[in-house]
Amino acid sequence: MSNYSADMIPKKRLLSLQLDAAKFERASDAEKEQHDVMRESTTFFKDGMRKLFKNPLAVISLVVLLLIIVTIVIAPMIVPYKYSEMITINGKRDRSAKNLPPFTYSQMELKAIEEGQEIFPHIFGTDELSRDYFIRVVYGARVSLSVGFFASLIVLIIGLLFGSIAGYAGGKVDLVLMRIVDVIYSLPDTLMVILLSVVLDQVLGQSLQGTVLASLGTNMISLFVVFGLLYWVGMARLVRGQILSIKTNEYVLAARAMGAKSGRIIRKHILPNCMSVIIISTALQIPSAIFTESFLSFIGLGVQAPMPSLGSLANASRQALQAYPYKLVFPALGICLIVLSFNLLGDGLRDAFDPKLRR
Amino acid sequence: MSNHPLVDVRHLKQYFTVKSDMLTKLQLKAVDDVSFTINQGETLGLVGESGCGKTTVGRTLLRLYKPTAGEVYFDGNLITDDNINHYRKDMQIVFQDPYSSLNPRMTMADIVGEPLDIHGLYKTKAERRDKIAELVQLVGLNSDHMRRYAHEFSGGQRQRIGIARALAVNPRFIVCDEPVSALDVSIQAQIINTFEELQAKLGIAYLFIAHDLLVVQHMSQRIAVMYLGKIVEIGPADEIIEHPVHPYTQSLISAIPLPDPNAARKRHRIILQGDVPSPLHMPEGCPFRSRCRYATEECAKVCPTLEEVSSGHQVACYHPQG
Ligand SMILES: Nc1ncnc2c1ncn2[C@@H]1O[C@H](COP(=O)(O)OP(=O)(O)O)[C@@H](O)[C@H]1O
Ligand SMILES: [Mg+2]
Repeated sequence: MSNYSADMIPKKRLLSLQLDAAKFERASDAEKEQHDVMRESTTFFKDGMRKLFKNPLAVISLVVLLLIIVTIVIAPMIVPYKYSEMITINGKRDRSAKNLPPFTYSQMELKAIEEGQEIFPHIFGTDELSRDYFIRVVYGARVSLSVGFFASLIVLIIGLLFGSIAGYAGGKVDLVLMRIVDVIYSLPDTLMVILLSVVLDQVLGQSLQGTVLASLGTNMISLFVVFGLLYWVGMARLVRGQILSIKTNEYVLAARAMGAKSGRIIRKHILPNCMSVIIISTALQIPSAIFTESFLSFIGLGVQAPMPSLGSLANASRQALQAYPYKLVFPALGICLIVLSFNLLGDGLRDAFDPKLRR
Repeated sequence: MSNHPLVDVRHLKQYFTVKSDMLTKLQLKAVDDVSFTINQGETLGLVGESGCGKTTVGRTLLRLYKPTAGEVYFDGNLITDDNINHYRKDMQIVFQDPYSSLNPRMTMADIVGEPLDIHGLYKTKAERRDKIAELVQLVGLNSDHMRRYAHEFSGGQRQRIGIARALAVNPRFIVCDEPVSALDVSIQAQIINTFEELQAKLGIAYLFIAHDLLVVQHMSQRIAVMYLGKIVEIGPADEIIEHPVHPYTQSLISAIPLPDPNAARKRHRIILQGDVPSPLHMPEGCPFRSRCRYATEECAKVCPTLEEVSSGHQVACYHPQG
């Protein structure tokens, strides 16, 4: 360190409170070592990850989610059935393979097995149109997860932009923007979702024909529009609140005193400091989007047939609930596992990363 | 040499609008008509109770807050919203709180290097690294710790990082806003020495804000005493401490702790009576009159302005003492 000493400056006044360095004792090596141990170099991120992996619930849900994701990626490559096609044996449609219970074969399939053919088992059985149910549930989970992911992404982007502008600009801009948020917040969202889905279905129906988006189905697109229009407000409020509190820190003022432009201050100082909260609430947004999608599909406003989603599968199973109850169990279990895991993981992330809950 | 002061503050005002309830808005006169000058390489000390507007003076001077009224000249040029960015390299600030003044997500190298990034003060990565190392060593920190995060440093070390950041753009003037009051006493002396060494080496002028009169006297050539947004007395440091004229300054000085208990017992301490008026409802006349022993009717009418009592020593009081 440098070679200054409190004794070397001449005392201007006798009354001065300047301290006499000679009266201080040197720290022993043991004491210095103790300091080094206390100051083990960890970044905020590493520290948070360590805490996350100490939380058993979060770890279990992470494993469950990874398993689900691996399954829905790999299963379509292994299972030789398609979600939209009837089971065929030697090029002939197998009409006897309707509503099979799990791990059973139809008469035609049994005959084929006797002839020495390998037939892939129907893990979850088949549905009333002789389609393999396992692959349909897998595709349903795919749809549900991607809806959850992309809807949260839309919410994140719009909410982040809107909230940062309101929080950073402050004053009148903030006032106007937040009143818009209040109005949207006060709309009954379930009703709005249903209304918008119906209206958009009509409006988008023709204009989409022949484009890439058509394969997605108008319902799916209106679902994203609904998320984009309605569900970002919570995120915008959260981001604004975070920015308002971070803005008062002196390091933001210091950046302004250096001549930093607003964009730089937001990018370098404000966003990194509210990132953890934003990531956590995005993680918690995913299950709520999945749930909304399932709900809409259940009432028939979700994805377009023959594309399955966990919600529409559950809905379809209602018609023959007493005869084939397992058809409700599989998609319902899927929804439960996904939503629960995301919620538990989000909670774990919050406990690990939210500075307000620490120490 | 130019004959104008480096920093010339004229009739600076900063009024905050505060909402008292849903409808009524009140004006808080945090800084009310403050004028002073600071010469090249000089230190002006600014003292006063907490809440009297010292921080606001420093920040308004640097246009971190938009002034309600008044002008600031730097090196003879009027500072405006348009040209302030040009002067950001000449005027810097060191903050009071070493914890909230450093971004917890940045390493020491990035904190000190940020002003270099903003003003493009290097050509290569290596040049940037060398400049940062130089700055870090200049303020007495270990340049091996470049990649450490702010929270891994002690309060005194953090304050040094803040000083290095301010020095990065090679400023000619630094506002030091109570830079030592959040630190342990033993660390305070070290940081003060660092400020003095830097001034001797680089010829920087300081506006040194503190509420500790002894620290200010040690640092500064001249001292300004503030009370509720106004400067009540300004003059050479030793004269302010030895021959204070304003009753408020006198009470401040009589409250300085003395190391010798006998001397302390003999000394006459002036204990202020009365209440500090709310800055939201400032009374007419002299703001200090509610606590002043010498207050007369005259004091209640018009606020006194600064008048010279001896060379370079001005006081705003109708009844200057001594
Ligand atoms: N941004 C602000 N908005 C409203 N009032 C403020 C603001 N900053 C400071 N004040 C008020 O201005 C007065 C002076 O504050 P400050 O300059 O921080 O005093 P000091 O630094 O001398 O302690 C205080 O009454 C404070 O409450
Ligand atoms: Mg202050």
